Amino acid sequence: MHTKHLELEQVGIDFPTPKGPFTALQDVNLKISKGEFVSLIGHSGCGKSTVLNIVAGLHQATTGGVILDGAEVKQPGPERAVVFQNHSLLPWLTVYKNVELAVKSTMRGKSKNEMRDWIMHNLELVHMTHALDKLPSEISGGMKQRVGIARALAMEPKVLLMDEPFGALDALTRAHLQDSLMEIHADLGNTVIMITHDVDEAVLLSDRIVMMNNGPAATIGEILDIELPRPRDRLALADNKQYNHYRHEVLTFLYDKQKKVETVSSRANQSPTTNKHSQQLAKPSGVSSEKKDAKKSDAA
Amino acid sequence: MSKMTTILRLPSSPSNANSLLSRLYQSTPALLLPVIGLLMFLAIWNGVAKSIDTSLGQFPGPAQVFEQAGALIDEHIAQREKADAFYQRQEARNAARVAQDPTYQPKIREFTGAPTFFDQIWTSLYTVMVGFLIASVVAVPVGILCGLSKSAYTAINPLIQLFKPVSPLAWLPLVTMVVSALYVSDEPAFSKSFVTSAFTVSLCCLWPTLINTAVGVSNIDKDLINVSKVLRLTPFAHLTKIVLPSSIPMIFTGLRLSLGIGWMVLIAAEMLAQNPGLGKFVWDEFQNGSSESLARIMVAVLTIGAIGFVLDRLMLSIQRAVSWDKSSVLR
Repeated sequence: MHTKHLELEQVGIDFPTPKGPFTALQDVNLKISKGEFVSLIGHSGCGKSTVLNIVAGLHQATTGGVILDGAEVKQPGPERAVVFQNHSLLPWLTVYKNVELAVKSTMRGKSKNEMRDWIMHNLELVHMTHALDKLPSEISGGMKQRVGIARALAMEPKVLLMDEPFGALDALTRAHLQDSLMEIHADLGNTVIMITHDVDEAVLLSDRIVMMNNGPAATIGEILDIELPRPRDRLALADNKQYNHYRHEVLTFLYDKQKKVETVSSRANQSPTTNKHSQQLAKPSGVSSEKKDAKKSDAA
Repeated sequence: MSKMTTILRLPSSPSNANSLLSRLYQSTPALLLPVIGLLMFLAIWNGVAKSIDTSLGQFPGPAQVFEQAGALIDEHIAQREKADAFYQRQEARNAARVAQDPTYQPKIREFTGAPTFFDQIWTSLYTVMVGFLIASVVAVPVGILCGLSKSAYTAINPLIQLFKPVSPLAWLPLVTMVVSALYVSDEPAFSKSFVTSAFTVSLCCLWPTLINTAVGVSNIDKDLINVSKVLRLTPFAHLTKIVLPSSIPMIFTGLRLSLGIGWMVLIAAEMLAQNPGLGKFVWDEFQNGSSESLARIMVAVLTIGAIGFVLDRLMLSIQRAVSWDKSSVLR
């Protein structure tokens, strides 16, 4: 677990705007070991996705860089597969063909049978072999995301990058997929970086939670090691003291230390006491996002 | 919503006969309303036509037009019979000459009778399809290029904006002269008039396809482009797996607009340049000035409309066959 695998060194990025460059990220330093499951959590707009996109190679860091197994990341590639929030399956290809496209473009030179076995193997991992010939529009949101994960896994990535993979799903479907993801991670031991808004999800899945400050010039605020034994069981953990302690740590960071900066007018009306924060703390985590997501998601 | 359905269902509940009636009632608007519209149009046409007297006689009503349509069909059949007779005579004559003198090389001459209405339809259809194909073969790739590359778009956009609004009739003299100058061959495969018409059509068909293709390609979902980058798809795979499927609806929107414009342009070009086709038929009838001319022109007008409609439906069914999204509503 202590070999150097993926390193982010002094990563910063400026975006050009009409008023001059806007520094979105600054001095992001992170070392990730092989097989580690790392979550990035923070308020929206804090640059979590930008960090992920830089690791993916979809954005170029203005300062610093990303090193994977001794080589600098300069462009996107299948060894850093991405699971996108809105699945991003090609709507004109069936479930099988979507995974096949990934396999064909990353495993050139394999025989047809080998490819077929590999496609089927990955679809089995996510329990989607029953819908091989379905188009993405014909399956539920949860199933689409399963196929998205199968497509990413089929690239045999060194690092699996997940950008709020379950953000658009209802709570029950999300729990199912989290369990599947834990199983797969235990089987394959991929290195995973996952962006999430959901504190429970972060604590349940991660080895480490990276909490990010608010932008502009966002950077890593705190890193929390989650030393819960695996395999983890969501029911047993619900009553676990340590688990709740971790949750509390993350919530404190998000709602107390990094309270989302409100607009000037709303801040003026607000009393400077921490009453509001403690209210938010009392609220079970993820509720607000679940409400929003339930509307979007199709039932699984 | 639930109230709506109960109201709609109410008549069907009492008995079977009623349910049949209500079903009939529900399905009739789809059939009945267009028929009502058509009948109203015919009635108004008939009424108005009677009160318009032109120098070529009374404006034709539906009945006269129908009559002339029959006459045009009869003329076509008569002309075909004449042509057949001509070719039979020619064959017999040549056979006789060869029998007298085995070294004689028989000459085959084309029948030179005037083209009928249906010959003109065929000429126009053929011309518009060729012109449209040439335009599409150019416009789709250039459109894709413009959609993929911002610099290509910036370079080509001023030209598109400049030439898009130009009327086909302004192009026509130029195209005619250029074709006469450049299309010189002893045994031309196509007549000059055909090439002129087809190119004029092409020049006007280019723009809608080009613009819509460029817009379609540049609006591809950014996530899909990221997928392509992560997979490191080859440029060819990127084109065939991502770009083309997602821009097919917009490409076809452009193609349908182009074909519609091309068909309109062709008729005008044929009228002005006296190139064979439906436009020439209309012009000839106008110049002819007989008492039946207006009715015959009206037949041509309706035919042009019907063919335009059929061409559009044809494109629509091709789009349905090619597009991946079978659930989308196409109209």
